[in-house]
Amino acid sequence: MGEEFYKDKRKQLLIGFLIGVVFGFLLDRGGATDFNIIVNQLLLKDFTVLKIIFSAIITGMIGVHLITKYLSPELQPKPCMWKPIIIGGLIFGVGFAVLGLCPGTASGAMGTGAVHAVFGVIGMLVGAGMFASVYPYLMEFMEESDLGEVTLPELLGINKWIMITIISIILIGVMYFIERIGL
Amino acid sequence: MNPLTDELWSPYIVGVGIGILVWLGFLLSNKAIGCSTAYARTFGMLEKAVRGKKVEEKPYYKKFIPEIDWEWMLVLGIVVGAFLSSIISGIFRVEMVPLVWEETIGSSYIIRFVGALIGGILLGFGARMAGGCTSGHGISGTIQLALSSWLAFIFFFIGGILTAFLIYGGF
Repeated sequence: MGEEFYKDKRKQLLIGFLIGVVFGFLLDRGGATDFNIIVNQLLLKDFTVLKIIFSAIITGMIGVHLITKYLSPELQPKPCMWKPIIIGGLIFGVGFAVLGLCPGTASGAMGTGAVHAVFGVIGMLVGAGMFASVYPYLMEFMEESDLGEVTLPELLGINKWIMITIISIILIGVMYFIERIGL
Repeated sequence: MNPLTDELWSPYIVGVGIGILVWLGFLLSNKAIGCSTAYARTFGMLEKAVRGKKVEEKPYYKKFIPEIDWEWMLVLGIVVGAFLSSIISGIFRVEMVPLVWEETIGSSYIIRFVGALIGGILLGFGARMAGGCTSGHGISGTIQLALSSWLAFIFFFIGGILTAFLIYGGF
């Protein structure tokens, strides 16, 4: 896949849509479009969501690092502005529990007939718009804590394949433990 | 057993499938899957429709231009994909108040809708402040081993778990 292909806007929008369709299908079959499954995850009663995320991380880590090593796409880690990430992350977490869905799964839930998720989606539009309005006032605060687009292997000074191996072992260990205790 | 009509698949199979979608995003589009910028862009488009072109001058909309982009189409696709899945498996149904909410807070539609709206506002604001959501940080970003995303992922769940215990934990 070359630059030309990535710049073909119509093809790219279609690909985005098709990836979204499969993503939505998978989220629904995983149970992640269900408020009850997400809230029970946060209540630590049902670990479906964590199992989905952990297996996606392990699969994704290996493939994406091979793709970016041998083919043209490059990694695009987001900048680590730790202050807004911690504060925004906690605000997100509160909303995650109250809505019982997240930005991706709420749109999926809407597709499965959840009327309440429509209000969640409207709320997310408003919340994102509110952030856009206050952004000029927060810019300085956000950027002063920017550590750059740093990755874990860079931070720890180790080879990324060793990092991938360590994380995979930890995540598999956690999933194994969760299965062993019957959750 | 026909997998196409099974309501739920193994979470591990679903997770592996999502991981492969992240590969495809990189391979076919040079993009990392994420959802929350689509909400900011949509609000920008609505704001532009009401207040006119000057909205484009807002610094945030210079970074995230209010237009239909790859990620916007992805979120639209999620709605369609989940709809198809729930129709094929037969679990599609109108849900006004989810079960756990009903058991802990009550069966009022209005209270659930207001709650969902408030939860949504916090999610939209928090995601844009943190620079991503459960997809962009929690899956695509952690996959890239980004420090930002692992940090965000941990704080999403700290905030979520504490709040869930407070609201639904029966205290």
